[in-house]
Amino acid sequence: MATQDEIKFLSNPNIGQKQQKYCRFTKFGLKHVDYKDPDFLIQFINQQGKLLPRRLTGNSLKFQRRVASAVKRARHLAILPFVSDLMK
Amino acid sequence: MRHFEVIFIVDPVLSGDEIKSTAKTYQEILTNEGASIVNVDEMGLKPLAYSINKRSTGVYYCVEFAAETGAFIAKLELALKRDERIMRFLTVRLDKFAVKYNEDKRSGKIGKRIPKDPPSKKLPLDYNSYQPFSNSAPKAAAAEPAVSAPKDVVSESPVND
Repeated sequence: MATQDEIKFLSNPNIGQKQQKYCRFTKFGLKHVDYKDPDFLIQFINQQGKLLPRRLTGNSLKFQRRVASAVKRARHLAILPFVSDLMK
Repeated sequence: MRHFEVIFIVDPVLSGDEIKSTAKTYQEILTNEGASIVNVDEMGLKPLAYSINKRSTGVYYCVEFAAETGAFIAKLELALKRDERIMRFLTVRLDKFAVKYNEDKRSGKIGKRIPKDPPSKKLPLDYNSYQPFSNSAPKAAAAEPAVSAPKDVVSESPVND
């Protein structure tokens, strides 16, 4: 049984907090987006195969543009599908 | 010097020799035009994400080359377009980061992505002193003959009943 001093919060204080988003390219120093790597590009598309917006992925504008063009190239080469169901 | 990359999908219905000769013809076109071939990546037979020309698989080839100008690329693409053995193709100009990336990939510095599998935090750090439940505590005590605790437990149990 916790004593009165140990009880500081009635609910978990971490619940309402938002996790800070970041651009994984600038953070980890990636400078090239490979359009031949579907396992990497799958992080930036949703279950229908649509591109995810920047507000969800957290990418910087520069790399969001490059991700978008890489996904479009991969679609042309049948590495990624144009449309799909339950992709992930 | 400008670096380029041409990637094309060959029809898988052809025989193995035919597929190789198709890939070789385009390498010859490149060398005849004065481009130096940096690397030829045979990515092999791969499943397509959607069917092209009623085929569900394709043989991928990726040729990286360097040239002074990209003037002959229109010619190359026309040849690829007219070829019935080629299902799809794409020519891309590589920037310096892409060239570096391809070099690193060839030398094995860039591996496959490892899926995230965080170690479970529920297990305690000291495995020797770990006892899963309090139920197993009497058993452990019984295993040690020096402790006289089991006798006490036996004598106590009828009293409780």
